[in-house]
Amino acid sequence: MTMGLKKVPLYIIAIMLLVFTGFPFIYMISTSLKSRSQFFEEPFALFSSFNFENFQSVFEMGLTRYFLNSILVSVVAVFVVMLVAALASYPLSRMKFKLNKVLFLLFISGMMLPIHATLIPIFKLTQSMGVFDTVWALLGPYIAFSLPISIFILTQFMQEIPKSLEEAAKMDGCNHFGIFWRVILPMLTPALMTVLIYNFIHLWNEFIFALVLISSPENMTLPLGLQDFRGEFSVNIPGLMAALTLASLPILVVYLFSQEKVVKGLAGGAVKG
Amino acid sequence: MDTHIKVAENRTVVKKVSRTQKKIKSALTISAFVAPAIIIYAVYVLFPIMSTLMYSFYKWDGMGVGVFVGLQNYVDLFKDAIFWRSLTNNTWVVLTSVFAQIPLGLIMALMLFAPIKGIKFFSSVYFFPFLMSTVAIGLLWVLMFDPINGIINNIINLFGFENVPWLSETNTALFAVLLVIVWQFSPFYMILFKAAIVGIPDELYEAAEIDGASSFQKFFQITLPLLMPTIVSSSILAIVGSLKAFDIFYIMTGGGPNHGTELLGTYMFKQAFINFNMGYASAIAFIMFFLALFVTIIIQVMDHLRKKKGAYGI
Repeated sequence: MTMGLKKVPLYIIAIMLLVFTGFPFIYMISTSLKSRSQFFEEPFALFSSFNFENFQSVFEMGLTRYFLNSILVSVVAVFVVMLVAALASYPLSRMKFKLNKVLFLLFISGMMLPIHATLIPIFKLTQSMGVFDTVWALLGPYIAFSLPISIFILTQFMQEIPKSLEEAAKMDGCNHFGIFWRVILPMLTPALMTVLIYNFIHLWNEFIFALVLISSPENMTLPLGLQDFRGEFSVNIPGLMAALTLASLPILVVYLFSQEKVVKGLAGGAVKG
Repeated sequence: MDTHIKVAENRTVVKKVSRTQKKIKSALTISAFVAPAIIIYAVYVLFPIMSTLMYSFYKWDGMGVGVFVGLQNYVDLFKDAIFWRSLTNNTWVVLTSVFAQIPLGLIMALMLFAPIKGIKFFSSVYFFPFLMSTVAIGLLWVLMFDPINGIINNIINLFGFENVPWLSETNTALFAVLLVIVWQFSPFYMILFKAAIVGIPDELYEAAEIDGASSFQKFFQITLPLLMPTIVSSSILAIVGSLKAFDIFYIMTGGGPNHGTELLGTYMFKQAFINFNMGYASAIAFIMFFLALFVTIIIQVMDHLRKKKGAYGI
């Protein structure tokens, strides 16, 4: 009995935190299920109706397009980053050469960098390359700004792969590319998963490059599209809530199915740093 | 004899040649591995930073050629009240991160180890805010802070308070956005602390229990000291991250009202892409870069000294 009572304060704190973190989600979903007139009649009642029309109208307004753009650019960028970062990490972590440390520091310092310091030149560069206002404009900066954390995670992991494996492959006549491709890369899978999840979540939610490099609605990614929706939905709050719910859903679903990996991925760069 | 010497000489020459050949070959191999990353990184990160520094010496509207003005942009910035306002607001973001997000993240992490039912479910929900896109978070909270239809005013009405026009008054707007960043980022520190707490050996707590230590004593004598490195690295992330803050402020308030929530990031964006003061904006951007670099170097030096002293034993 006394043990049970002792836990009461713990439950109170846990539930207060639950309300603080979870309530906005409940409110968002609950509002998205109301019709406009219901929202004006009772804006604060939770789950007073279950009306799915808002979700339908959000898709009709072009959310599908934003989804496709976001998927395209994040998936391509993440796969290029995984390959390019893995390639660079191999000599940085497993070969001795003069510029090794300098190069590593140069890449890693990118983690501290404010994106704003590159915004105007990248804006000009994108214009002169003729890709301004297309989803392709985002690929370069997305890949470049994902490299530091990815190289950091991959080099940390590669350092722990035993040298003997590499030497055995060398005896069998493998050159460095063979070692990388046949020995290192297959062993790298867990670290590559971390890199994949970390970068995917970041790029899926990326806002400022999209804001500067894209202006036509048909080329917008999801975050930019949502921001653009805002004006059209100023009188239709349940509709906007439905759009926000749909935009948040993919990442939450990924999270619920692979919690451990997501948490590890997001903490990956930070814990050791 | 002579021929012998010649043969030996030839051999060393051959050896030397093959050594330089080997060196060239290994340099080529290394370059092949690193080149793609270096090229992308140089084009989109290194050259842009140098260009930003160069642009910052020009008066330039983004089209054609600018006029070289030397350090004039920087001189103007130091006289610019909005610039100082932005810097102050960035400092508020740093303070909120270090003194609200990190402690709350620690409390959340400790709760994950509390012996209560349903904690797995609790921890999943605690983490949700960090996954949601910043744009969605911003729009959601704008609606929640709405003066008439917003639920936050509805809740404070229940306690007998008047409606507050949260985002349209200078002081409340800053407070409101800072509350949202606490909501969004505390879960991030929670997972950092969770990982660190898992790493603390159980024997320490068992020994303390035998000595009759209370929960509070265990926390202050064991947990907190061992979490010090995580607190330090979290603070680094918080400080550097706060210098870069942009999204949530841009979406919720756009830096307003009356520059009350202006940050270096939002001010730079406005000068560059709304007023087309590209040179002036570049000066702000370069100061942001310089501050981040400065903070990073200071922290690295302090970290180096700390490790040398062996403080916290790590």
